[in-house]
Amino acid sequence: MNPILDVSNLTMDFGGLRALDNFDLNIAKGEIVALIGPNGAGKTTLFNCITGMYAPSGGDICIYPDVDKKVRLNGLKPNMITAKGMTRTFQNIRLFPNMTVLENVMIGRHCRTSSGILSAILRTSSARKEESGIVEHSYKILEKFGLNDFVNELARNLPYGAQKRLEIARALATDPFLLLLDEPAAGLNSRETKELDTLIANIRNEEKISILLIEHDMKLVMSISDRVVVMDYGKKIAQGPPDEIRLNPAVIKAYLGEEFVA
Amino acid sequence: MLNLSEIKRSLLVSLWFIFLTFPIMVIRVNPIEKIVEWRWGNMLLVGIGSFVISFIWRYFIRQKELGLKKIEMGEKITPLLKKLAIRESKYVKSLFLTLVIAAVLFPFVFSTYQTTIMTTVLMYVVLGLGLNIVVGLAGLLDLGYVAFYAVGAYSYALLNYHFGLGFWTVLPLGAIMGAFFGILLGFPVLRLRGDYLAIVTLGFGEIIRLVLENWNEFSFGPSGIANIPRPSFPGIQFSLQQATVYQYFLTIGLAVFTIFVVNRLQDSRIGRAWIALREDEIACQAMGVDKVRTKLSAFALGATWAGMVGVMFAAKTTFINPASFTFIESALILSIVVLGGMGSVPGVIIGAFILILLPEYLRAFAEYRMLLFGAILVLMMVFRPQGIISNVRRTYELKGIQK
Amino acid sequence: MEYFVQLLLGGLTRGSIYALIALGYTMVYGIIELINFAHGEIYMIGAFTALIVSSVLTLYGFNEFAILVLASLIAVIYSASYGFTVEKIAYKPLRSAPRLSPLISAIGMSIFLQNYVLLAQTSDFLPFPALIPEFNFLKNYEHVFSSSELVIVLTTVIVMTILTLLIKFTKIGKAMRATAQDKKMAMLVGINVNRIISVTFIIGSSLAAIGGILIASHIGQINFNIGFIAGIKAFTAAVLGGIGSIPGAVLGGFVLGWTESFATGYVSSDYEDVFAFALLVLILIFRPAGILSVKCEV
Repeated sequence: MNPILDVSNLTMDFGGLRALDNFDLNIAKGEIVALIGPNGAGKTTLFNCITGMYAPSGGDICIYPDVDKKVRLNGLKPNMITAKGMTRTFQNIRLFPNMTVLENVMIGRHCRTSSGILSAILRTSSARKEESGIVEHSYKILEKFGLNDFVNELARNLPYGAQKRLEIARALATDPFLLLLDEPAAGLNSRETKELDTLIANIRNEEKISILLIEHDMKLVMSISDRVVVMDYGKKIAQGPPDEIRLNPAVIKAYLGEEFVA
Repeated sequence: MLNLSEIKRSLLVSLWFIFLTFPIMVIRVNPIEKIVEWRWGNMLLVGIGSFVISFIWRYFIRQKELGLKKIEMGEKITPLLKKLAIRESKYVKSLFLTLVIAAVLFPFVFSTYQTTIMTTVLMYVVLGLGLNIVVGLAGLLDLGYVAFYAVGAYSYALLNYHFGLGFWTVLPLGAIMGAFFGILLGFPVLRLRGDYLAIVTLGFGEIIRLVLENWNEFSFGPSGIANIPRPSFPGIQFSLQQATVYQYFLTIGLAVFTIFVVNRLQDSRIGRAWIALREDEIACQAMGVDKVRTKLSAFALGATWAGMVGVMFAAKTTFINPASFTFIESALILSIVVLGGMGSVPGVIIGAFILILLPEYLRAFAEYRMLLFGAILVLMMVFRPQGIISNVRRTYELKGIQK
Repeated sequence: MEYFVQLLLGGLTRGSIYALIALGYTMVYGIIELINFAHGEIYMIGAFTALIVSSVLTLYGFNEFAILVLASLIAVIYSASYGFTVEKIAYKPLRSAPRLSPLISAIGMSIFLQNYVLLAQTSDFLPFPALIPEFNFLKNYEHVFSSSELVIVLTTVIVMTILTLLIKFTKIGKAMRATAQDKKMAMLVGINVNRIISVTFIIGSSLAAIGGILIASHIGQINFNIGFIAGIKAFTAAVLGGIGSIPGAVLGGFVLGWTESFATGYVSSDYEDVFAFALLVLILIFRPAGILSVKCEV
């Protein structure tokens, strides 16, 4: 299968510290890949590099919009990466707290729409059409995420679990081909985690969106992912299907070295 | 609440402030005539004043903390003036109609003097709404807003002086000049973090004023430019009184136009992007919003409005000099936005009315005007950061889909 | 050549004052990431207090040396008290508020203090007594480098050294550095963060007062407005050297002092303040992390 994202030899240095060390990763269409590893292994740094928050010190990040067309993304700004089709969520929720739930999702549609200041003032028919398109599209996503009762609620007033879901909904509104989720299950109770499991599976099954997730909840990782990539000290130490990773001695060693409870 | 420990605390606060204000409030020296004046009455005033204020202060701090706790516990608090703030309520239309009638009748009921004051208030409404786009919606603290106002005013004065251009020709030109300077300054500085932006805009505002003050060949220096024509109307020669009324209606027109534009913008794609940028810059970029471009559009649009009002100001006073464009002016406009409510259109309007009319009608107040502005900025931030009327986000009726 | 030396030394004097005020900006910014707009006003209040105290003491016939010491001491105490109080009123309640809030509050405080002094005292320029004595050995060079200029430069160097030692080696200095690095961690290891913030304001304000007394006695007059421009310029110095860095603030102060001195000396004295502001705008655009920092991060 052809990859849609190809990361090769990616290196990221912070002063003397090498957070990513010749890291390789590729993701196929519709694949769910889990990224695990001890704290400080460089998982979030990898996310930041892929989504343009950091400019990597070396290596390539490429996407394949078509089978034989390759686009290198290094150094692009985050909004350009999102426009190209890769969006993320954040480890510690970053919603727009004083905007309504619906508006949060509507921001996701920003890069897929185009009306500017003038057409907004004149409220041209194309601007009106686009606007109602944004509302409808956003509402549909909220419905899918079970958030449709909260549309006009301010985002900061939502319970924690709902905020986590809203963040994914907002990311989905940008029409990505790859969704990067940074610890989506952190802080959720077991029932909510189970719902998340179904939600992520649905996103993949219905829309063929690939998903790369960082997660510490091993139960979720094992049940949901097609492939698990294990990182330590900025390097890939193992990868493979969940069952294989569970028994991999290198992985066990990396985790036992830390006070990490799977 | 009035127990012993509270009184003791307030007494301590009071003593502290007596100590703190002692040299400046009590002693006044005249080094030239070598006289020292002791004003013990002020000491008593400070003592009693700070004693009382410290009670009030603590009460409000407690209220605020209570409110925060409520939010944490998931309770929703109803805003103090929610009724006024609801946009789609049926009251709004009748209220609006009443206001329009009152505004139209105003110059015919009140004197020319009152009309002039009202014109000033309306100008500040427009300036406030313009700055509100930058500070309130996009969250960019612009402390040099007055620079763009000056650009507009000088555009009219100079273009009229050199080329004899009329008010109606320069009004759009002033807007364009404002926007041009906004982009000129905004393009490099909008990459900066928020607090740096504040100080760079402050510096820029001062540069513009200092250049106007010192470049005599260009701007006629501190003596300014006089005999700027009032707004014209083709074929009619106005008397002074008629001109005042005419100007009043022009300003009303501009204010209504501004309200219309801001209302449309804040619920549009661009307006949402501004607010999202204000709320969380990083998340906003990650959701595909171009940070620099979006900020620039807000900054330039705000400057456009300042440019327009600048032209109107020059036409109203018929005389301008750099002294009208000091930092105090920027601070006043910022106070209007902060007092009224950042991001809230009715709030900014009310803010302008309060801050311009209060010193105008309470002469005793005028002396303490600036002291008051400073205090307002601090107190509003500490106790009511959302302003008198908080900005209420639009609610969407989803026909058919919603229960 | 003599003109050049004169400008060079003049720049050094200006730079010293900017450095003294810039330290307050830099320290506060380092710890709570806030541009303390009211800092310029603290400097102005320091100068005013010194003026008032020295006038009263002169009236009661104190000798010159006693006046110098007492006026400076009281001015430093008052500036420190004002700095402390401003923080408690305008910034402490806003610790967890959005970034814009303390900034607006700071501007409010600055406007308030300016007008407080204006209303309680006067809007006129007041003559400031020459507190600093004339040295005999400088008599022949008076037009190039005056006694007060020498005192300004020397005081700055001494204060700088003490401050650096304080921050490097004392317990409170270590606590300050820890707080600047990570407030939460500092709190966890038992540092009283609120106290450290207060101490920072007190030290910064004291330095501003010293700067205020020195420059006022050098120039010979003050009014309620001196803090505003001096504040922006000192902030420029702080940013020039890389905000948060103490040696940076000093270096930035000198660079700004020389820039102004040479630009007004060789180009035009009408635009004295424009040069400073233009430098501020340029440095923020091209090197926002300052001249001392290696990494340029926006």
